[in-house]
Amino acid sequence: MRLINLVPSRPLALFLVLLPFIAVIIAYAIGSDIRLTANPQDKLLPAPSTIGETMVKLTTEGDRRTGDILFWQDTWASLQRLALGIGISGSLGLLFGLVIGLLPMARSLLAQFVAVLSMIPPLALLPILFIVFGLGELSKVVLIVIGTLPFIIRDMSQRTLEIPDELLVKAQTLGASSWVIALRVALPQVMPRLIQAVRLSLGPAWLFLIAAEAIASDSGLGYRIFLVRRYLAMDVILTYVIWITILAFIMDWLLRRASKRLFPWAEGGL
Amino acid sequence: MSFVTAIDIFQSYGNRPIIERVNLSVEQGEFISIVGASGCGKSTFLRLLLAQERPTHGSISIDGAAAAVEPGLDRGVVFQKYSVFPHMTVRENIVAGESMRTTWGRFFGAELKAARTRADETLARIGLDHVADQYPATLSGGMQQRLAIGQALAAKPSVLLLDEPFGALDPGTRLSMHDFLQDLRAETGMTVFMVTHDLDEAFKLGDRVLVFDKPRWDPHDPSAYGATITYDFDARDGGIPFQRLKESINVRTTP
Ligand SMILES: Nc1ncnc2c1ncn2[C@@H]1O[C@H](COP(=O)(O)OP(=O)(O)OP(=O)(O)O)[C@@H](O)[C@H]1O
Ligand SMILES: [Mg+2]
Repeated sequence: MRLINLVPSRPLALFLVLLPFIAVIIAYAIGSDIRLTANPQDKLLPAPSTIGETMVKLTTEGDRRTGDILFWQDTWASLQRLALGIGISGSLGLLFGLVIGLLPMARSLLAQFVAVLSMIPPLALLPILFIVFGLGELSKVVLIVIGTLPFIIRDMSQRTLEIPDELLVKAQTLGASSWVIALRVALPQVMPRLIQAVRLSLGPAWLFLIAAEAIASDSGLGYRIFLVRRYLAMDVILTYVIWITILAFIMDWLLRRASKRLFPWAEGGL
Repeated sequence: MSFVTAIDIFQSYGNRPIIERVNLSVEQGEFISIVGASGCGKSTFLRLLLAQERPTHGSISIDGAAAAVEPGLDRGVVFQKYSVFPHMTVRENIVAGESMRTTWGRFFGAELKAARTRADETLARIGLDHVADQYPATLSGGMQQRLAIGQALAAKPSVLLLDEPFGALDPGTRLSMHDFLQDLRAETGMTVFMVTHDLDEAFKLGDRVLVFDKPRWDPHDPSAYGATITYDFDARDGGIPFQRLKESINVRTTP
């Protein structure tokens, strides 16, 4: 039988899905064990049990001074910045994407400009953002927006342009104004694409968030990781990394679910 | 004065002529079938009638109005595909036929209710009432085209333009679509232009069959000349062709 026709059965498929995860965990456990037997003080690869204990401690024990649990505070701070940044990017991206995609005048005016803007490496702008917006929340949110907005605008305008001409003509023959065409034809058609674009932007958004938090902040997941780096607290770092991964995965999953739920007609196209 | 008048229409893309010297006058309520070789400019002519494009020369007027600069309510259209809105249910698609012209593109409250009732009547008539709440993607090709025609008619255009509306349908479905279209026509008395590759269909449905072809042909440069209407057949009398072949078969000579 050809390899391309070899399809795993359900139990086997599940096993195959889990296999790489299990392999990584086992490989880590072995590596950690080897290092720890050689040197019990080794900090580089803490034992899985140590990481487990750290996890419990981080998520349940409050700060000695204030009683707040830093882990959840960091999570909350980071999620707020992320949601705000992605929310602004998504809304502006949708708006500009529709305008550029639908109006030839706006396309001539903005399309090339956005294409050039998207070439600027956002991290290179970070110092400028700190200077202009200060070290507070604003500069972090702005970095996420700058980092993800050009992509979303370009993606949205492209998707708008891909709407079949027939549909736009059809709407015109039904008497629709440009505004109604944007609202009733283009907007619903690109909404599933917007969710897709946001999903793709979440990766860069996390990157910019952690970078901004690492450089100047007093809370947040990225800030904490870079803070404890000084003490070589690998157990804390790993806990945070795993947590960020889980958060990112859940967000992606939620968006995918939402897209299926909200736009059943787009089924299969995504 | 005829209902649809095209005077000396030329259309070129770049310096490549597609259509040249097309003159046409059509009475209200006539069904015009358009046939011709692939790529000779039938869809282009339909786009000109629709005012989706403007001719490089000449003008088209409907019901004595000035030449339109963009598609509007007076011309309905059904394309071969992408003819209905995929993100609206079947019922919403019919309602959209009436609501797109409003400020928000949708109805609210009592108006919406009334429009839905009217839409359900339309759906019953075009035989789609059992799928009213489904999305078009779940319908067969024939049902989608019926929906597209129903939607176009909901806007009550004075001219209906069909570009190979049944091109992708199997012969059986095609026949039932013919009945459907003929019934609708008898009801509304609308002026219809239909492009088709099926001669039987053209003569069966049409009152007139226009043939687009290139009257001049340069063997060294096939795209040097555009197409025009070379034959204008009378197709009435039960779709049997050549019954009353018009005296002057080349429209270039008709006023
Ligand atoms: N927007 C355009 N720009 C340039 N050339 C075009 C454009 N639209 C159509 N053409 C060309 O004009 C010619 C006529 O096209 P048209 O679609 O009108 O043909 P048609 O008679 O409808 O053919 P078919 O039967 O295959 O649908 C084709 O050669 C096509 O390549
Ligand atoms: Mg065509």
